Amino acid sequence: MIEPFVSLRAVAIPLDRNNVDTDAVIPARFLKTVKRTGLGAGLFHAWRFDADGNEVPDFPLNRDPYRGGQILVAGENFGCGSSREHAVWALMDFGIRAVIAPSFSDIFAANGQKNGLLPVCLAPGEVRELIRHLSERPGERVSVDLPAQTVTGPDGALYRFEIGSFEKECLLNGLDETALTLRHEADIARYERDGKKNRPWLFPDL
Amino acid sequence: MPTLFRKIWERHVVVERPDGICLLYIDRHLIHEVTSPQAFEALRQAGRKVRRPLSLLAVPDHNVPTSADRLERIEDPESRIQIETLRKNARAAGITLFDIEDVRQGIVHVTGPENGLILPGITAVCGDSHTATLGAFGAIAFGIGTSEVEHVLATQTLWQKKPREMRMTVSGESGFCVAAKDLILAIIAKIGAAGASGCAIEYAGEAVRRMSMEERMTVCNMTIEAGGRVGMVAPDDTTFAYLEGRPAAPGGTQWTAAVADWRSLPSDPDVAFEREESLDASRVVPQVTWGTSPEDGLPVTGSVPDPAEESDPRKRERMERSLRYMDLAPGTRLTGIPIDKVFIGSCTNSRIEDLRLAAKVARGRKVAPGITAMVVPGSGLVKRQAEREGLDRIFLEAGFQWRLPGCSMCLGMNPDRLKPGERCASTSNRNFEGRQGPGGRTHLMSPMMAAAAAVTGRIADVREVVG
Repeated sequence: MIEPFVSLRAVAIPLDRNNVDTDAVIPARFLKTVKRTGLGAGLFHAWRFDADGNEVPDFPLNRDPYRGGQILVAGENFGCGSSREHAVWALMDFGIRAVIAPSFSDIFAANGQKNGLLPVCLAPGEVRELIRHLSERPGERVSVDLPAQTVTGPDGALYRFEIGSFEKECLLNGLDETALTLRHEADIARYERDGKKNRPWLFPDL
Repeated sequence: MPTLFRKIWERHVVVERPDGICLLYIDRHLIHEVTSPQAFEALRQAGRKVRRPLSLLAVPDHNVPTSADRLERIEDPESRIQIETLRKNARAAGITLFDIEDVRQGIVHVTGPENGLILPGITAVCGDSHTATLGAFGAIAFGIGTSEVEHVLATQTLWQKKPREMRMTVSGESGFCVAAKDLILAIIAKIGAAGASGCAIEYAGEAVRRMSMEERMTVCNMTIEAGGRVGMVAPDDTTFAYLEGRPAAPGGTQWTAAVADWRSLPSDPDVAFEREESLDASRVVPQVTWGTSPEDGLPVTGSVPDPAEESDPRKRERMERSLRYMDLAPGTRLTGIPIDKVFIGSCTNSRIEDLRLAAKVARGRKVAPGITAMVVPGSGLVKRQAEREGLDRIFLEAGFQWRLPGCSMCLGMNPDRLKPGERCASTSNRNFEGRQGPGGRTHLMSPMMAAAAAVTGRIADVREVVG
């Protein structure tokens, strides 16, 4: 269920930490839902709230200039750990539509792309520059342009990013990947017929 | 001259796109209650069917309580709904379900292999990052998100970009009380938490050849903690001996044909990998993590590192943050750090050999006063086997709790979790902030090391405890 992503100009929130894991993004106790909605309440719960449930004032997501921000700028290996897609749902439910980082865990990046949360990889120095700028002047806006594959910093600096052509197409048009794959049904059925001949132990049910 | 990975990959390509992305056929799909409900819901909304129900196995594991009363009632209504939803979805689609009263129920990565569902040469996925465990059989197995679960349910395939291939050669012979867990912790410490990002790792070398299937699963399991989605070991006689006669493994003439096929899978001798790494097992001593990333493993003989000695300011900051969270001072000797709880279990270390090793340390000793120590077998079958061997008596007499199978205290989503500030010696796989419960502090280690911590009440060098 992908939300199309074309371009975005929004307040960007700096989260200057490496290895932000998906347990930090959304702790496991919030995963006891059979829905995709409402997970924003648990986003970064241990960092946003103290033990009494009060907001931690200096955590970036709680600081006024960053409130309503739709872009997160973080350190390397963002989204490492658990494969929980709830991390992406929580970010999106909170209003985040793009995460900019030097690198992402493979599973998190795939989950993001399949939902319309754009993972943007920039060089480590570029991300540091963005984080420095956003920390010094909170509330500034950053632009992400998917067709052009560029990020524009608050100072007008232009950064280019890479994305697979298929993922880009799906994101731009909100394409349902499963529907696209089902067009290959004949190929899949042929694969199974051949597979049963060559390695029958793998297809006892076919 | 292909690698093990490449041979399996090429067998499974249904369609290759011009950009090199392949539609891979998926042979086995394991599902649990946490990451599958939204996939089934999406399937229903799109009016699609589960394409091949018998390629699936459904097992509730993440939020099932491990207490004896769980068959009468599950307190938490949300957990109950998730388990019930898995049940309904499995029944409606005709998917095999190992429900909570079934002796085969357990952690998905324990029960799948022990029932013979994971075979050499296959592709296997699960909505769980520790699916790399299954690569121990010489399979391409990896964790996926819920959208991908839905895609596999509907199409039996996934679009995948071929990862880079890394070989991790583990040479030498492990020393006294050095377990597979110590080797993988040392590997992660060496290459880092993102050291294998975008890579499939083949674990090779004499030390891996000598490993049992249980040990290979422990090693492959934590591949994701180094950022790698796939970890694998070439199949050999150890693999075949483990599989022969398991319920879902091929039988009769098919067994002979399958083994002949599997013997062709290992990487060709002179094959070149895109990346080569190595570890000398003889130099590894029992490991403990000090911080909040699985890359923070150190020899138990070491001390908590000092951020002041770190020149990279970003790394220094992360170390300081970890030390604050862990409430540890730089320079503190690891042995002697007092603990509150001990958890022996998880998809990393809850198989029969893990329990045997922990029991060796527990036998004839007592859990230290004030320490809560729990042993959670990975499945009902592991539990039954352990009870046949009398391991439950050893643990109970020593003062450990002997619980029902499940993910338990690995991830703080069922009643087994740490309280804020509690420190745990844990055989699980992640020491992230809050992983075992909000504010909980995790030290990762092997089952023997965890048992040694239980009987001393502190992080201890198991070699001294049993030596």
